[in-house]
Amino acid sequence: MDALEILFTASFWVAAIRIASPLIFATMGELICERAGVLNLGIEGIMTAGAFAGWFTVYAGGDLWTGVLVAALAGAMFGLLHATLTVPLGLSQHVVGIGVTLLATSLTYFIYRLALPEVTSPPKIEPFQPLPIPGLSKVPVLGEALFSQTPLTYLAFLTVAVVAWVLYRTPVGLAVRAAGENPSAVEAQGISVTAIRMGAVMVGSALMAVGGAFLTMSAFNSFFFEMINGRGWICIALVVFGSWRPGKALIGAILFAAFDAYQVRLQQMSGGIVPYQVFLMMPYALSILALILVARRATYPKALMIPYQKGER
Amino acid sequence: MSVTPAPIVNVTSNPVLRLSGITKRFGRLVANDAISFELKRGEVIALLGENGAGKTTLMNILFGHYVADEGTVEAFGKPLPPGDPRAALDAGIGMVHQHFTLADNMTVLENIVLGTQSLWQVRLDRAAARQRIEQLSADFGLTVDPAATVSTLSVGERQRVEILKALYRDAHVLILDEPTAVLTPAETDALFRTLRLLVAIGLSIIFISHKLHEVMAVSDRVLVLRAGRLAGERETKATDRKELAALMVGQEVKPAEVSPANVGAPLLVLDRVSTARHNGAGLDEVSLILSAGEITGLAGVSGNGQAALAALMSGTQRPTGGRLSIAGQAVGDWSPRAALGHGIARIPEDRHAVGTIGDMSVMENVIAERYGSDRFSRMGFLDWKAARAFAEEIIADYDVKCPSPEARIRLLSGGNMQKLILGRALDPEPAVILASQPTRGLDVGAVAYVHRMLLAARERGAAVLLISEDLEEILALSDRIVVMSKGRLSAPSSRGERTIRELGELMAGHGGEGQAA
Repeated sequence: MDALEILFTASFWVAAIRIASPLIFATMGELICERAGVLNLGIEGIMTAGAFAGWFTVYAGGDLWTGVLVAALAGAMFGLLHATLTVPLGLSQHVVGIGVTLLATSLTYFIYRLALPEVTSPPKIEPFQPLPIPGLSKVPVLGEALFSQTPLTYLAFLTVAVVAWVLYRTPVGLAVRAAGENPSAVEAQGISVTAIRMGAVMVGSALMAVGGAFLTMSAFNSFFFEMINGRGWICIALVVFGSWRPGKALIGAILFAAFDAYQVRLQQMSGGIVPYQVFLMMPYALSILALILVARRATYPKALMIPYQKGER
Repeated sequence: MSVTPAPIVNVTSNPVLRLSGITKRFGRLVANDAISFELKRGEVIALLGENGAGKTTLMNILFGHYVADEGTVEAFGKPLPPGDPRAALDAGIGMVHQHFTLADNMTVLENIVLGTQSLWQVRLDRAAARQRIEQLSADFGLTVDPAATVSTLSVGERQRVEILKALYRDAHVLILDEPTAVLTPAETDALFRTLRLLVAIGLSIIFISHKLHEVMAVSDRVLVLRAGRLAGERETKATDRKELAALMVGQEVKPAEVSPANVGAPLLVLDRVSTARHNGAGLDEVSLILSAGEITGLAGVSGNGQAALAALMSGTQRPTGGRLSIAGQAVGDWSPRAALGHGIARIPEDRHAVGTIGDMSVMENVIAERYGSDRFSRMGFLDWKAARAFAEEIIADYDVKCPSPEARIRLLSGGNMQKLILGRALDPEPAVILASQPTRGLDVGAVAYVHRMLLAARERGAAVLLISEDLEEILALSDRIVVMSKGRLSAPSSRGERTIRELGELMAGHGGEGQAA
């Protein structure tokens, strides 16, 4: 098969959308936090915690959707920790974020070891199965790619629509965007900046955790150490790439996932002449290029990373 | 006019607002000391005072941004819970802050409706909001496009959005904190017309200012604050500017006396100079001569090229065309260091962002322009003794109120900061002085001081370029006036030659298309 022909096969796009799904959840989560003015670098750890929490719930006998809910709650709790430190206490968002990532990751591994002390290879669960949408999934390439996915992927796309609607069409979305741009505008209109920011960080963190859970409950069927593997950091870049807009960030996530799916297929074709690391590197190199081209013009939320203290002189 | 009067509670004799014994301390500083007053329906109170007198603090307490240490606020006969802006808004108090509280990335409409609809409804009702905003705009002369993004608006438009925000919430009391500081004379007139319309339908207004002529023009009653205390209360009809100034400062203020100019040789000559854009327009073939012993006043609405001219003269911007010569010699290489080397002293427009480095000490700031000179360094090492001596000299000579030369400069008031900048700029006896909005935001006492220093430099034979948006200041100090509009310069006029009206027309871009000779 020719390298270009890959781009027109349904299986390639099915894989791309599947790879994109966890990124979409987590990117939306990060986007909500940043729109409210909080950079959430806890994303990598929160995704790890979500991946474990969802998977373990199912392993312990819960059903799949309960697992998703538990993952979201675990994420919201780490979000609460992050928000308490960064919003009312106004601590450095960089330091707190890295701290939350380290804490969430090691706490997850610790609980894993406590819960499964004897295991050498992690147990498997029965993950979400593809749910082809009748009719639509028969449309060649595009239909197959989009409509023969698992329910969790459909939820990812739905999340983008909901986030966009909430941010641009509802009063609470208005308050979130204003809190990230000029918190004193929120305060002057009688709304608590602290409440808006903390709420945004908790909801955003819940979405990140669901993104992590996608990996253990839909893409794969088990929990491994290091399985998030930098996806959280990619999502931070995707938010910038998307200029803090849900639709653009979605395109970014799919683009990155497509690069990733493509490089796997190129690896198989190259026959081992080119070292495989070169292909692994490709999506990241292309992301940097895309950032240079797109994100230089991005206008970021003006109050991003600036703590707001009421009544401060 | 189709004004529907706001449904105001039946209070004919009762005050709409009563402040009793408000006291607020920040550490050892007493910002408000037992202040009490009442506001009646349909009344305009002016709150007059120098910077740091406690005006803004008092209003922030009223609005719930700060909590008072003592005292109570009553609105329409009911006590207002402290520290809750929502309660103030619900009681019908609207505030137009000095630093606008608008989100730049959102539209006018979004900024206005923020917080007026329940946060948990699934859809923002834009249509009804838009209609109401347009009605209010039309009724009160507050023209602004509801769909425009705030970042694209002028300062005057932003202020109108702020007023609309309050009216949209049915405010019965409107607090305006230094509303004219950022407006052109025409915009100020329009604001005053709006305020009169609002009073006519029964709103009460608190107007905070340190500009006497505005207070006289707009208020019914004047409260004067000095150092946190209520220094006096006067009916506007029964007082005059002189008395108010004396109350405000605590003593009589003498305006700077101007002797006839003794004009010498041209020191800095711009010959058809053009530049790139800088905070608005760039220069478009501008010719200007600054001569020794003369103050040249540059009037204009901000954004018309004044910033570009200031940047050019301070060396931060290079000409893209034309010739710049100093003391008869064409300038080749141009940089901030070259400008300083040629004896150009700079008093920058934004003393916080450009004039000083807030978190560095007074001592470090005063040597910032010359730390490499022999006076302040030896073999590459800073001479802190000399720096401290210089800082102490300026503090003594210019009567700067500051805790010590080690204090971080951002803790100083605007007036004291400006005195330090003046001291730094004038110490080497510069040949040319660029004074950009040198008195913006300063109180009466500090303004008079800055004026005296500029006049003294002129007596000494310096060429001064005074860039100001305050026409009164331009008229009082300038020996020659030029007006800038869209990057071009009007022909100069000598003292008293053009009226305020004629200058205003030139500022608006009408009038003669002349170039300075």
